[in-house]
Amino acid sequence: MHAFAERFSTNSASAELRRAKDILGEDNDVSDVMWGSNAGFGSLARGIPRFVVPAVQDPSAFLRMHTDDHADPSCRIKIKHGTTTLAFRFKGGVIVAVDSRATAGSYVASGTVKKVIEINPYLLGTMAGGAADCQYWETYLGIQCRLHELRNRERISVAAASKFLSNLVSNYKGMGLSMVKGTMICGWDKTGPAIFYVDSDGTRLKGDLFSVGSGSTFAYGVLDQGYRWDLTDEEAQELGRRSIYAAGHRDAFSGNTINLYHVKEDGWRFIGNYDVSEMHYNGPGGTGGYGYDVRVEGRTSANPPEEVPATEA
Amino acid sequence: MDVSFAITGKGYVIIAADTTAARSIIKMKSDEDKIKVLSPHLLMAYSGEPGDTVQFAEFIERNIRLYHIRNPHPLRPQSAASWIRRSLADSIRSRRPYAVNLLVGGYDPAEHAPHLYWMDYLGTMAEVPFAAHGYGAYFALSLLDRYHDPEANLEEGIATLKKCIDEVAQRLVVAPGKYKVKVVDKDGVREIEL
Repeated sequence: MHAFAERFSTNSASAELRRAKDILGEDNDVSDVMWGSNAGFGSLARGIPRFVVPAVQDPSAFLRMHTDDHADPSCRIKIKHGTTTLAFRFKGGVIVAVDSRATAGSYVASGTVKKVIEINPYLLGTMAGGAADCQYWETYLGIQCRLHELRNRERISVAAASKFLSNLVSNYKGMGLSMVKGTMICGWDKTGPAIFYVDSDGTRLKGDLFSVGSGSTFAYGVLDQGYRWDLTDEEAQELGRRSIYAAGHRDAFSGNTINLYHVKEDGWRFIGNYDVSEMHYNGPGGTGGYGYDVRVEGRTSANPPEEVPATEA
Repeated sequence: MDVSFAITGKGYVIIAADTTAARSIIKMKSDEDKIKVLSPHLLMAYSGEPGDTVQFAEFIERNIRLYHIRNPHPLRPQSAASWIRRSLADSIRSRRPYAVNLLVGGYDPAEHAPHLYWMDYLGTMAEVPFAAHGYGAYFALSLLDRYHDPEANLEEGIATLKKCIDEVAQRLVVAPGKYKVKVVDKDGVREIEL
């Protein structure tokens, strides 16, 4: 109905365009600008798409009834939880590091989860909380970012992309969307490196350094102490790796392997996948383990007095 | 909400505990000493259920004192820790258990070595190179995994402790404002200012 009314309206954006075409004598109805986009206004006309939610009074309570595995271990749906993710901005770009463990209750459901979602060559999203919701909506965000590029002939800024996601999840606030723990949208745009934290409460924060998930406190403990703006690329990658290792070591719901990404001016690059146990005993490329026992081997806090040589009689 | 840390170094143990005594959302006192001096070479930081903490700590303090009166020698840290753990283990199996978590640090002049024991109200005990109780543990343990050095001198040890306190101050919403810090080494026990 709306599209029909718009075709004959005299004061809408498309009417303006129609008049402009009459003046220019351009009768080709499908111009470059128009293609699939309502003259670049397609995003405005359509608004934010809706999604089917359970047809009950309180969708959130309904979902909780069937998913809360703390109160009821026999519930049907066990949402995969437990994570450590981190991202920080520094002189050389953005470092994104995550673990790879998925747990359902006390069960390690997988040790090879990809928690970094590659939205496009310049944008990364991290995953903490419900895996399904994060994966779905960040892929959807990827689609919208591509459409933005096609409509505006310009890459979407990190701020805009994260705002889009934030607006989207806000629409589902109170309906049980499980991105509660939050996601980080990281990338490089014309303003330089940028990180935004977004969660399903509708919180959206710009910042230099974030860690999210059950192991985040352990990651912060290492990250905060080693963080400086003028870190070199190698130092920054090492700090990301060590921080996720710390969380993987101390937090039961995080671990298995570390995935490390580095975002620079020319887009993101996957640095590597590192086994947490391997990091504990040997470190990256056998350069010395991160583990406490490995690091302090042979050192002791006993301080016996120095041996006094026997004096000659 | 109590936060306590302890770290060992070359010939010493440092114990730090926050100084707030809170009841619901109110700070009742901000200079409470939660580290007891049990003997010339033994310290104990206690935290947990208000009321139980002081009650239990004084019970331990008096009994260790009694041991010193009855015997011509003080209890070594290992033995003291064992006895304290046993008290907690008996307590948890009693009609009204104490809910108290402890960090027991001591210096053993006989073997010239510091000892640190982490204990919880269930009667779990572990000898560790560093320890923490309360929310601070979530930030400090990973930090100490990274930065603790068993051969650090006192100055370096205090610097590491400061790292922990700063990290908690930066990240913990309910971070305590002040800490009391005590050291035990070959010269005995003393309080230090950060």
